[in-house]
Amino acid sequence: MEKRVTFGKWTIGILFAVPQLILIFTFFYWPAGQAVYWSLTLQQPWGGGNIWVGLDNFRSILANADYWNSITASLIFAGISTGLAMFIALVLAALTDRQLAGSWLYRVVLIWPYGIAAPALAMAFRFILAPEAGFMAFANHFWPGFWDPGLNGADAMASVIIAFSWKYVGYNFIFFLAAFQAIPRSLIEAAAMDGSGVIRRFWDIQFPLITPTIFFLLVINITESFQDSFGIVDIMTAGGPANATNLMVYKIYSDGFKGLDYSGAAAQSIILMLLIIALTIVQFRFIERRVHYR
Amino acid sequence: MVERTPILNFFTHLILFVGFVFCVAPFVIVAVAASHNLKDVNDVPMSLLPGSDFWVNIKTAWTTTDLGPNLLNSFIMAFGVAAGKVIVSALTAFSIVYFRYPGRMLIFWLIFITLMLPLEVRIVPTYAVVANVLDPYQTIMDLTGLSWLIQKISGVQVQLSLGLLNSYSGLILPLVATATGTFLYRQFFLTVPDELTEAARMDGAGALRFFVDILLPLSRNNMAALGTIMFLWAWNQYLWPLLITTDQSHAMAVTELKQLIPNVGGAPEWHIAMAGTLIVMLPPLIVVVLMQRWFVRGLIATEK
Repeated sequence: MEKRVTFGKWTIGILFAVPQLILIFTFFYWPAGQAVYWSLTLQQPWGGGNIWVGLDNFRSILANADYWNSITASLIFAGISTGLAMFIALVLAALTDRQLAGSWLYRVVLIWPYGIAAPALAMAFRFILAPEAGFMAFANHFWPGFWDPGLNGADAMASVIIAFSWKYVGYNFIFFLAAFQAIPRSLIEAAAMDGSGVIRRFWDIQFPLITPTIFFLLVINITESFQDSFGIVDIMTAGGPANATNLMVYKIYSDGFKGLDYSGAAAQSIILMLLIIALTIVQFRFIERRVHYR
Repeated sequence: MVERTPILNFFTHLILFVGFVFCVAPFVIVAVAASHNLKDVNDVPMSLLPGSDFWVNIKTAWTTTDLGPNLLNSFIMAFGVAAGKVIVSALTAFSIVYFRYPGRMLIFWLIFITLMLPLEVRIVPTYAVVANVLDPYQTIMDLTGLSWLIQKISGVQVQLSLGLLNSYSGLILPLVATATGTFLYRQFFLTVPDELTEAARMDGAGALRFFVDILLPLSRNNMAALGTIMFLWAWNQYLWPLLITTDQSHAMAVTELKQLIPNVGGAPEWHIAMAGTLIVMLPPLIVVVLMQRWFVRGLIATEK
C-alpha cells in the first residue's frame, strides 16, 4: 500500500529517518556484524588482536556436551511452557468470550501477569515453590524429598516452566480474546439457530477462524521463551542444578561475561540468531497465508 | 447468550474461577508473606491471614536494596525508552510513508530486520559497542584510511572514544534501536486519508508543518498505546541493566531484587524478599490496571 499524495522535498524526508538509522546502525547492525566477526576469530590471550580461525569456534561449541545440554534444555523449556501457556490461555479466552455474568472481571484480571517483570515473578515463584518454606514444603511434609528444585534438575525445570507459563498465559489471553471477539456474533448466532451446540461451534467456527492467531502466538511464545527466560532462570535457579536449566541465553551470558569467552559466546549468539530468524521466516509464511485467507 | 446451557455455564464459571485463583494467588501470597515476621513466613503451611509486620518489612526491603534511588532510575529509564520510541518511530514512519526517495525501501527493510533479533541475542557485542559508542565510526575511519588522511593533514591522531557504561544514555539508546513502534505508526499513517494531505498542502503547509500540526495530533491514541507498552517493556528489562550498570548509582529496581534472595545458610528472610518483590511489582501493575485499554491495544497493534 502506498500513499498517493506525498511531499516533494525528499532530502527532508531522509532527514526524518536519520535518527533511527544512526541508532540501528550503532546498536544493531554493528554489534550483529561484530558477533559474526568474533565468532570467526579468536582473541589472543596476551593481546595483539584477533586471529582468524574460520569455523573453529562453531566446531568446538558443537562438540561441547554442555552446549547440546543447553539446547536440549531450551527446547524442552520452549515446548512445554509454550504448550501450557497457550492451551490454558485458549481455554480461558474461549470461556470468557461466552460473556456470562462477571466475565468483565476475568477480562481485566487475567492479563495482569503479563505486566510483571520476569525477575519479580521469578522471586515470587521461588518463594512459593521453595522446598523448605512456602507451599511445596507442605507436600514435602507428607512425602519427604518429593520436591527439591535445588537438587533435582527436573524439579528446577518445572519451577522455571511454571513461572514463565504463568506470565505468558496473560499474554496469550489478550490475543486469543481479541481474536475471539473479532469473530462476528451473527456467525455464532446463525450456527446456534441451525442447532449446533457450544462445542460444535467452537471446533467448526471459532477454532478455524483463530488459527492465524494460534500460529502467530506459537512463534512469539517460542521466541520469547528464548529471551524472556533469562530473568527467571537467573533468579530462580542460576542455570543449576548441574546445568539442568542452563538455557541458551543464560549460557551466552555466563560464557561471555563470567567466562570472558567472547568468541564462544559470539558463536552461540550466531546459532541462536539463525534459529530465531528461521522462526520469524516461518511466521511470515503464515502471515502471508492469513492475508490470502481474507 | 445464545441458548440456555446450565451445565456448561456452571463449568464455564468453575474453570474461569480456577483460572482467576491461579492468576491472583501469587499476588496475594507475595502480599501476605510480606506482612509476616521471620517465624510466620517460614511456617509450613504459611498462614494466609495477613500478619502485622507489613510496614516494617517494606521499610527493611526499601533500605537494604536502596530502592528509593533505584526506583527513580527505573522510572528514568522506562520514561526515556518510552519517549524515545514514541518520537523516533514517528519520525521514521513519517519519512517512509510520506516521501518518495531513492533507497526508501532499503531503509524500510533495514529497520524491519531489527525486529528479528532481540537485544538478548546480540548482548555481548552490543555491550562492547556501548563501552565505546564511537568505536564503529573509529573502525570505519581506520579502514577507509580517513584517520590516516586526517593525521597526515592536521597531525592530529583520531581517537574517538565515548563510553556509555553506567549512564542513562547507555541504558536507553540500545533499547530504542528497534523497529517495534515504526510499524505501528506506519500502519496508522497509511489509513490517514490522502485528502487531508492534499488539503494541507493546498493551504501551504510544508512537510514539517503537516507532521507537527496534523499527523501527530491524529496519532495521539497510537502514542498512548505505544508509550504504555514501551514503558512496561523497559521497566521489566533485566539482562541489559544488569550488564550496563556496574556501579550502585545507576542500579535498577528490578536488578537489585536479586540481593534479597535468602542466602543458603543465612536466615530465610522471605518476608523481606517478598516485600521487595511487592514494591518492584507494583508500578507496572498500576500501569496495566490504569492504562488497560492502551496496554491491550498497544500489544495487539505492535505485534502485528
